[in-house]
Amino acid sequence: MSDTPDKTSPSFEMVRTLGLVSVICGIIIVGVYQFTLPAVNANKKLALERQVFKVLPQAKSVVPYFATGSGIVAAAGQDLPPAGAVMFYAVYDAADRLAGIAAEASSSGYADQVRILYAYDVDKQAITGIGVIAMRETPGIGDKILTDQAFLQNFAALDVRLSADLQSLANAVKTVKHGTKTSPWQIDAIAGATVTSKAVGRGINESAQKLLPRLWPHLDQLRKPS
Amino acid sequence: MSAPTSFDEFLDGLWRQNPIFVMVLGMCPTLAVTVSAVNAISMGLATTFVLGTSCLLVSLLRHSIPKQVRIASYIVIIATFVTVVDYAIQAISLDLYEALGAYIKLIVANCILLGRAEAHAAKNPPLPATLNAIGMGLGFTLGLLAIGCVREMLGAGKLFGISLFGAHFQPWVVMVLPPGGFFVLAFWLILFAAFRHINGRRNAQLGEVQS
Amino acid sequence: MSMELRTSPHQHSGRDVPVIMRNVVYSLLPICAFSVWQYGLSAAALIVTVTLACLAAERINNRISGAGNTLSDWSAAITGVLLALTLPPAFPLWMGAVAGFAAIWLGKSLFGGLGQNPFNPALIGRAFVQAAFPTAISTWAPAFAAHRFGEFIPSSLAAPFMAPPDIASWVRQQGVDAFTGATPLARWKFENITPPAMDFLTGHVTASAGETSAILILLCGLYLAARKFLDWRIPVAVLGSAMLLAWAFHLAQPDRYPAPLFVLLSGGLMLGAWFMATDMATSPVTPRGIWLYGALIGILTVVIRYFGGLTEGVMYAILIANAAGPLLDQFNQPRILGGKRDKS
Repeated sequence: MSDTPDKTSPSFEMVRTLGLVSVICGIIIVGVYQFTLPAVNANKKLALERQVFKVLPQAKSVVPYFATGSGIVAAAGQDLPPAGAVMFYAVYDAADRLAGIAAEASSSGYADQVRILYAYDVDKQAITGIGVIAMRETPGIGDKILTDQAFLQNFAALDVRLSADLQSLANAVKTVKHGTKTSPWQIDAIAGATVTSKAVGRGINESAQKLLPRLWPHLDQLRKPS
Repeated sequence: MSAPTSFDEFLDGLWRQNPIFVMVLGMCPTLAVTVSAVNAISMGLATTFVLGTSCLLVSLLRHSIPKQVRIASYIVIIATFVTVVDYAIQAISLDLYEALGAYIKLIVANCILLGRAEAHAAKNPPLPATLNAIGMGLGFTLGLLAIGCVREMLGAGKLFGISLFGAHFQPWVVMVLPPGGFFVLAFWLILFAAFRHINGRRNAQLGEVQS
Repeated sequence: MSMELRTSPHQHSGRDVPVIMRNVVYSLLPICAFSVWQYGLSAAALIVTVTLACLAAERINNRISGAGNTLSDWSAAITGVLLALTLPPAFPLWMGAVAGFAAIWLGKSLFGGLGQNPFNPALIGRAFVQAAFPTAISTWAPAFAAHRFGEFIPSSLAAPFMAPPDIASWVRQQGVDAFTGATPLARWKFENITPPAMDFLTGHVTASAGETSAILILLCGLYLAARKFLDWRIPVAVLGSAMLLAWAFHLAQPDRYPAPLFVLLSGGLMLGAWFMATDMATSPVTPRGIWLYGALIGILTVVIRYFGGLTEGVMYAILIANAAGPLLDQFNQPRILGGKRDKS
């Protein structure tokens, strides 16, 4: 074995070829990434806004934030969320006032994760609307959570006020059997689509229990238009 | 039999060696994304693009890729173009990107691609290699579209998103669920097998008459 | 020395497939008659439509395959009648026809016809429409409606490929007391209410067309068993294992799990145990295999009912046991007389 690689040795040729292939491919990928990035970002922003506008019709602009144990930070410009952070969106209306908070909730339904976006009204301390981001529930049964008017009525004002110590919700959000809703923090399940209804309630409860106590002390920070 | 012309190369994949109905390759996206005709076409065209470009590059580099590292090189090349398609679809439509989900990235693992690179592009000059690859890709698209149309018509009463049967149509939910993919694929496979069977018998009869 | 009857070699008893099949049809007639008496025109039309669809599918298949006419072996007719009995009485007729074609083509013809099919064709048909039309197959109609012999349940007559109309307003017109639109199994699962056992015997329950009277099914099944047209061990194993498991659950948590009698009488367990699980083509033939097969169905039924997302589990329990049947046979080959124990 000689120390200097022989030009015709197969291992040199292999390394050279793989190197060449990698360089060509690298250039192609970087070029395409640069070229499509603006369009991709614009698309993502549009998709997010469309989702948010569905649950908060008075919205005009959306700013993403992270809520961590110690406070809230704007998500813009950060590549990775801080450890344990919960993402949420501060939503402003035409007059730049805080119209509400939107956040994602997810829980496993009948077929797969049910991912929903819910709107939180700061003044009412209530959830005022939900929209579905993604789900694979049985068409005609599970997807009634989008169309069943009686079910959507649960989210006209779903009570999620905080307990006195501000550490958790005063009343856990809970999905109850169809026709047995008695309190404003309960969700009346759709008859025949109980599993999906429960997934919605569980997801909202988990997300709100985590997000709202962190968010509440810093609401003033969001009220000032950034 | 004369030497295969470029057009023959093209037709090969489109019909005689159709990847779905004849070779039964690439079943993962075939079953997963064919719930609607638009998804099927998008998936098919994305695969066609990756097939065409990667086979062109493989064919161009065929003399300089040593045998020992050819699979690694092919995979890197294929992965590159899959990434390109991935970005392109995100830039075109996020809804489509969500609908196709992980299956865009999984084009890498589609055996049609490695199969074409290894069996055809590595041994042929760029023009026939690309033509053959595009023919294969379009054959794949055709197969996906055939499945996608049936599933969308029965599963949603629509075709390309346009309602066909009016508001009172009863959708066959099973068609948009995974079993529907298997049922419709099986239905087309039976149809193709029957067609080839009849064709083969007719050709055999013709041969007898001529001899 | 004890001897057991085996599949072969055997002396021909003069009973061939058509004779057995014809007797099964006879034994199903009382169940059909009861269903028609309960649900009227709609049930009659459903049974006729589904059976005709099965016969048509079989005939078309005969034509394509070039084989002789197999309608005369009665098996397609049995599949049709059984399938109709497992569907809700208000099921749209066109969906019933779809179920019939799916049963024969997907369940039987694709595998090579009678005797080659691993799964019970009637249940394949029902599984297909359950997946395709989940709403229609869980829409129930009340029994003993006032004008049941003069008019159809409106959903029966839905135009082909069109959604059935809502029958809620029709149900109100019938003046049937306390009709909830949910089967006893669903009411137990979601509301923890179990009806008295007597209701199951008189047919005053919400159920599929042929599942309402447990006692009638039991009698018809006993007739077949007595004339040795079905293997009595299968229903005994199914019902016995289901009852034992349900009893164990009931003893452990009486307020959570229902009494074993409820498990036996409700849903399609009776019909499944006597008429579906005993299908000769799809059940094992070795003595130990038969017992295991029956027990598997009973256990799976209870497990699906108690812990699954569905309210009723008999159909999938039987289909899964059908799939396991050949394996059970293979593991339970009887030792040849005088042969050595297999070392493996």
